Formats: sequence, structure tokens, C-alpha cells
Amino acid sequence: MRITADTTVCIGAGMCALTAPEVFDQADDGLVTVLLPDPAEELHEAAAEAVRLCPSGALGVR
Amino acid sequence: MSQTTPPDSRSFPLRRQCPLAPPPEYDRLRAQEPVSEVRLPTGGTAWLVTRYEDVRTVLSSPAFSADGTRPGFPTLLPGHEQILRRPPFIRMDPPQHSFYRRMLTQEFTLKRVRTMRPGIQTTVDRLLDDLLARTPPVDLVEAFALPAPSLVICQLLGVPYDDHESFQSRSKAVLSGASTAEQSATALGGLRAYMDGLITRKQREPGDDLLSKLVSEQLEPAGELRRDELLMMCVMLLSAGHETTANMISLGAVALLEHPDQLAALRSDRGLLPGAVEELLRHLSIADLVTTRIAAEDTELGGTAIRAGEGVIALLAAANWDPGVFPEPERLDVHRGNRHHVGFGYGVHQCLGQNLARLELEIALSTLFARIPTLRVTVPVDELPYKHGGLLFGLHELPVSW
Repeated sequence: MRITADTTVCIGAGMCALTAPEVFDQADDGLVTVLLPDPAEELHEAAAEAVRLCPSGALGVR
Repeated sequence: MSQTTPPDSRSFPLRRQCPLAPPPEYDRLRAQEPVSEVRLPTGGTAWLVTRYEDVRTVLSSPAFSADGTRPGFPTLLPGHEQILRRPPFIRMDPPQHSFYRRMLTQEFTLKRVRTMRPGIQTTVDRLLDDLLARTPPVDLVEAFALPAPSLVICQLLGVPYDDHESFQSRSKAVLSGASTAEQSATALGGLRAYMDGLITRKQREPGDDLLSKLVSEQLEPAGELRRDELLMMCVMLLSAGHETTANMISLGAVALLEHPDQLAALRSDRGLLPGAVEELLRHLSIADLVTTRIAAEDTELGGTAIRAGEGVIALLAAANWDPGVFPEPERLDVHRGNRHHVGFGYGVHQCLGQNLARLELEIALSTLFARIPTLRVTVPVDELPYKHGGLLFGLHELPVSW
């Protein structure tokens, strides 16, 4: 799994940090920071859910 | 609730029959005409969108614009076309929308919001102390549901809570379906004038609050905001910051009292609380009518052709009760455990204050039922005064006893 985040698209809703806090955080400006771009397998489900929930389409998963 | 005339699917808004459920006509529309044309009370027509996936598409695709200055942008309440002449940034598209929103995202991050927990808990405890000192019946809206989020947003923005009666009644008037165009304009004018005075005060005597920060950092000449832009932003933060959550607290309390098994589950396991808040947001969908758009280009949605310039209403309650996504949507189930409802909208305009709202709802509802375990509504639930026909659904009053 490879997580990507586009901070030019992010609107700082915080859904990712709420859903998968081990994988995502919000920087001081509110925009997404990926803590674990290649999360361990036990985090895959939460990470994929966070990507699905992202309202702005800033997150991607490969 | 009884209704003597059959619902006319061609006129809009449709009325809720059970106040704790969307209008039943949404089910028929979703099944038979998922994108259907309706007449608006302000004149003109718009497309109603009722399927979850279609609602998400409307709210996230650039083919649908949130730009309220586009000719023909749909409005549901008289006088609201005036708001759209100089719209708040929730009625703008990127990149303008992003320009304004990014001035605020840092104030509403999860981390920032979580630092507010002790303050919110203290506010809620004090309100309930005062409520319990009174002789029932007491109006839970006036004594708790409205002051709790009002106190929180006042503290965050630096608005004196002593002014609450004026900004609450004016915000309510702007959002109410019962206001005439003149009443709505007067109320909005009053809110603007009030905020203008407050901005002047913050320029003279800045405090440790968000308004002062916006004034010192974003207002011209130091920043990039004209005074009228800052004014509109602050009016929106103040109004959105209390009306929405107040309606959710009062309706959420009623919904839990009407589902004693769910309330009992919640009492026995506080770990269910965040999921219960999500489920209440889904189930009650108070902002059902807020997410209006206009087609920016000729496009197609669910097999229906939509032409550039036509209005679109993405019904949040209809999406949140789509049985293909939420099985048995009529069942309030605190174990449902998902967050993909669109109670806060979707796309780049999704609610800026959603994490603050979640925290307020968690604290307000859990503390309410912990402190007043015998809480009950003193009149039949379908006879309560609901905010039918307004932009936000909710309760005018909620008489309770214990």
C-alpha cells in the first residue's frame, strides 16, 4: 500500500486524522500530513477507509 | 404526524411527516425518479437528487458549482437571493473558496478542537447545574441546547455572550422558513452591523480570540481581506457555529429518548458515544436543504441530462437514508459504526466546524443523560414545535421534566 496526499487539494476537514490517526495527521495549518506512507498491514483497512472518506479527493492509495 | 393533503412531489421543500425522519416522498423519488425536477418556493425549478452516490457526485464534481453569484442559483427562502449577491465563502468555488477556507482550517483541526474539551465540559456542567436548580418543566432548547454551542462559539470567536439574544434571534430569522424577504434582510443587516461594531472593537482592543486574530492578520492593509469580506466570514462563523449544533442537541436528545434501547446501550458503554453521534448526524440530517448547487456545464447525473445553469439540490437526508448504503435506514442504531454519512456535506465545502460539532454533541448529550437520568419530554413528540420549512431542521422548544 502506498498513500499519497495532495495538499493543494486538501481542505483540512480532518476526516483522515479522525479515521486513521496512526497514518494521517493535520499539520499546524490544518492540511494533511501522511505519517506512514506505507502503513503496516493491520492499518490498511483504516487507511483505505480514510481515503474513501476524504471529502476533497486529496488522498490516493496505490 | 397527520397530513391532510397528499404531498405534491413537484413543489418543494417537502414536509417531514415523522419529525425524526426525512419526508417519506424521498424514498419514492430515490427509487423511481432519483433525479427529479421540482418547483421552488422562490420561483424557478431545480433538480432534486436523492441517491447517496449521486449526492456525493454533485457535491464533489466541478460540473456542479457552489457559486451563489451565478444567475439562477437556487434559493429556498425569500430574501436569500440578497445573501448571494455578496455570498459567504461556502457559496463560492475553488480557488476563491480555498483562499478563504484556508484562513480558518488551522482553527478547527482535531488537535485544536480537542484542547477545547475541558472548557466545553465546564460550560455544559454549569448549564445543567442551572437547569437542575429550576422547577420543571423547563425548555431544554432555551436552557441548554442553544446556550451550550453559543457559549462555545462566543468564546472561540471573542463575541460577548451578553449579546446572545440579538445574534441568536437574528440568525434564526435568516434561516427560518417563516421569515419574509424583508424580515430576513433586516435580520442579516442587523448581524452585519453588529459584527461591524465588533470588528472595530477588536481593532482597538484586540483579545486572545479568533476575531482579533483575523482582524490583525487578515484584514487590509496588513492582510488580504476587505472589511466586508471579513464581516461576512465572521457572521457565517457565528451563525453556523450555534444554530446547527443547537438543533442537533435538542433533536438528538429527543431521538435517544424515543429509542430507549439505544440510549441504554449508550449508557452502558461510553465507547459507543462517537459512533452514536455519527448515527444521530446521519439519522436526523438537519442540514438536508443546505447543499444547493448550479450546473456549471451541460452534464448528466443518474441518466438525467442537466443543462448548464440549472439548479440542483443534493438532499443530504435522502442520501443518508439510502437503503443501498445504510441498510434499514429508519433504524437508529448506535452500533452502526460508520462515518460515511453526508450529514456534514461532502466535497471541498464539507463542514469546516465538523470536529468541533462532534465534540460538542458528544459532551452535551452524554452529560445531559448522565446528569438527568430520568429526563423526559412532557408533550407527545409529534406535537413539539419543529422548524418545518427552514434551511435547518430543528426544534423551537423542547419542554422537559425529570
